[in-house]
Order: sequence, then structure tokens, then C-alpha cells
Amino acid sequence: MKPTPFDYTAPRTVGDALALLADDSRDAKVLAGGQSLIPMLNMRLARPEVLVDITRIPELGRVVVDSDGCLRIGAAVRQSRAAADPAVRDGWPLLADAIGLIGHPQIRGRGTVCGSLAHHDPAAELPTAALALDARFVVAGPRGTRTVEAADFFVATFATAVEPDELLTEVVFPPLAAHHGRAFEELTRRHGDFATVGVAVLLERDPASDTVRRARVVCCGAGPTPVRLTAAEAALTGTDAGPAARAEAARAALGALAPADDVHSTAEHRRESAAHLLVRACTTAWERTR
Amino acid sequence: MTATVPAAPSGPAPATVRTPPLAEPSAWHAIRLTVNGRPVAAEVESRLLLSDFLRDRLGLTGTHTGCEHGVCGACTVLLDGEPARTCLTLAVQCEGADLRTVEGLAPDDAPLTPVQRAFHECHGMQCGFCTPGFVMTATALTEQPARPDEEQVADALSGHLCRCTGYRNIRRAVCRALDERFGE
Repeated sequence: MKPTPFDYTAPRTVGDALALLADDSRDAKVLAGGQSLIPMLNMRLARPEVLVDITRIPELGRVVVDSDGCLRIGAAVRQSRAAADPAVRDGWPLLADAIGLIGHPQIRGRGTVCGSLAHHDPAAELPTAALALDARFVVAGPRGTRTVEAADFFVATFATAVEPDELLTEVVFPPLAAHHGRAFEELTRRHGDFATVGVAVLLERDPASDTVRRARVVCCGAGPTPVRLTAAEAALTGTDAGPAARAEAARAALGALAPADDVHSTAEHRRESAAHLLVRACTTAWERTR
Repeated sequence: MTATVPAAPSGPAPATVRTPPLAEPSAWHAIRLTVNGRPVAAEVESRLLLSDFLRDRLGLTGTHTGCEHGVCGACTVLLDGEPARTCLTLAVQCEGADLRTVEGLAPDDAPLTPVQRAFHECHGMQCGFCTPGFVMTATALTEQPARPDEEQVADALSGHLCRCTGYRNIRRAVCRALDERFGE
């Protein structure tokens, strides 16, 4: 199928983009890499009247580490570019790992980091990584610019805190502690597919006691948003992340996850898989803290 | 804007159909880009997919369209040097872009490129429908500064589906082209 007719604009400033989004006479939609939006247009699942292409706005094309040590990725930055950035690979390797699991290079070369976050497919890797990394979202709109914490950003499947007249201009990742390790494990039917279920784990090691100072465990594909597994985090914190602690974290995850059955997997299969992936991810993440 | 639909030979009188209201002049855009080294200027409707622009407007039918939602990879071309899905790209997004299609690899009587030759020699195709996409992705692999490792090759090839399942020879062809480019 082909898209229904729409108008296309490519503003050069954020102000112009916001003016186009605020024009309430027509249903406008932001276009960045288009790797999720254009299939929806082709299938006629989305029928916007205007597409606002934000990839020609120079200030949105930046990947920078600011004076506070935060990584800031603009809305027009493509996934492959972010993943190849030495600052990202060194400082936020979980983000690079998550991008590496998205589809394949032909998609990552066009898709944007912020586009995947704003699209918010609950099986997608980037929302999960963003929640695990305590990302903050800079949202500009006619009422000014606000910052939204990751925990408040993802609202429901394909829904975020960004209002229709607003634009996600930037995602900000705070710096991580020195002794941290990460892993992103996922179960897919084929390499490159959306995850049936996936688990991102960040562990911070206390070098003095050789125990877990801080744990972050987030699951994708198991609910309408990425799910933070605080009970599993508690089960790991203060431990040596050994087999007993990992098994306890997996039990906690089984108790906390309540995914739905769907055509790809039963709820039970998803829960069990998530628990197994969690154990594996914890093992890898802990090894990487050293 | 109106268009007239010709009547069937013995059918009812010609019907005048209205083009949907948003196909207004503002939905048309003049774009300039480079396709296979040649400058192209065209008027395109916003919703025109790059795959249809290449095939229907420029007559470059080597770019094949399969699934039209980004899964199969048959329509892959090089957009500013990187493999990209033309069915997930609007022509209007390509203002100023440098595009290479399978026709641009060995134009006219030029010798085949190492990638094309490797696909030929290793029989890296069965029915051939998916071949242009594979060839363009493989071309991008050979143009990287360093040789991609096995995992990167598999990752790149996973962006394409061969419904004849001829993957073994395709992979062999890509490895041969990489050997030739980077040394064994």
C-alpha cells in the first residue's frame, strides 16, 4: 500500500518546527528517520496531514558530552552515528549495545535515537536502555521547554509524555559510576527482530567490599512500557552477584512480571525467558564491572 | 486538481474523480539530488516513496520493491554512502542526497564491480529478485575503511531476505568480494 496524501515541511529551526506542530488546523506528525513512521504510513495505520521533517535543523544534529559529564543526543542524530561515537562507546556502552540490537545496519543508518524513544514501541531496545540509564528527556513546546524523567516519559504502548504540539529535542544520559558493568540480553525469533522479551542490567561494584552497590534491571516486551524490576534490583544490591543472588533476582522478576499472551509468546514463556535472560545478563554485567 | 479515468471499452461514461483534497499544490516539492553521479531535478508529491521515484519516475527498475514496509531489503540502495531502504524513505527527504542504485555500479559497458563479479562467480543468487539489495549492502561493506568481521557481515546480510534461501552462496560471494578488497 501507499501512504495517504500529506504535506511535507522541513523547518530549519526548532521554533519553526514548533509553529508547524502548533498549527491545530491540520494533524501534524514529526518525521525524523522514518523507520517506524513510514511503515505505518505505507500501511495507512497513520494518516497525518503534515509531516514535519526535523532532520534539517542543525542544532538537533549534535552528540555532545556537556560540562556536567552528561551525554546529550539531539533529535536528528541517527542510531548508527550515536553507536559509533567514541564518547558513547566508552561512557554509555549499554546505549551502544542497545542500538546494536535494533534491526540491522540498513535501519540503524536511518533511524534516530530520539525517534525510537518518542515512538515508544514497548518491545524496542532504546526505551529500555533509557530507563536503565536514568535518561532525561528535553521536550520543547508552545508552553516552554520542560525536562521529563525516564520513569515519567513512557506512558503506554506508542504513547509518551510528549504532547502532539511538542517536540522531543534531546535525550540526556547522566554519567555512570566508574565501576559499572552492563548487559543487554534479548530473545528474538530471528536475529534483528523485535525482542519477544529482553533484559537490560546495570551493576555498580563497590571495589572495597566487592559487592553490588547499585543495581538497575529493566525488562522490555513484558508490558505496555519498559518494566523496571525493583525487587530484582533489591535482591542483587549488597550481594556478591553470585549464583544465589542471581537466582533470587530471577525469582523476584518472575513475581513482578505480568506480561500478556500474544501471537508470539505466551505470558508464561515470556516470564520464564525474562528470568533466564536476567541471570545471564547479571553474570555478564558483573564480569564487566572488573 | 482533477483527473479523468478512461472508460472501459463498453463500460459506463467516463467518471471524473477528485484527487484527495490534500494533494494540493503545497504537497508538491521540487527536489534536487544526485543519482548514480548524475544530477536529477524533479517535482515530487510528499508521499512518493523513494522506491517508486526511482522505478517509476527515473526508470531505474533495478531497485526491486518487495514488502514495502522495510523487512525484505530488496529495495536497498546507497543513500549518502550507506545502505538504506527506499520503501522507508520519501523521495522528498532526499533533497541534496547522493544516491547510488544497482544500475550505477557498472553503467553501460563498464566491467562488473568486484561485488557483482563475486555474486556471478559464486552464484550468489537463485531467482535474483533480492539480488540488487544484497549487492548494494555488500558494496557498502567493501567500501568501509576496515574489513568487517564475520558478525558484522552476518548483521548486514540479516537486513535482506532471500525467499529461495540461497544464503550460503550469497555469503560466499560477499566473503570473496571482501577478500578481494581487503586481502585474505
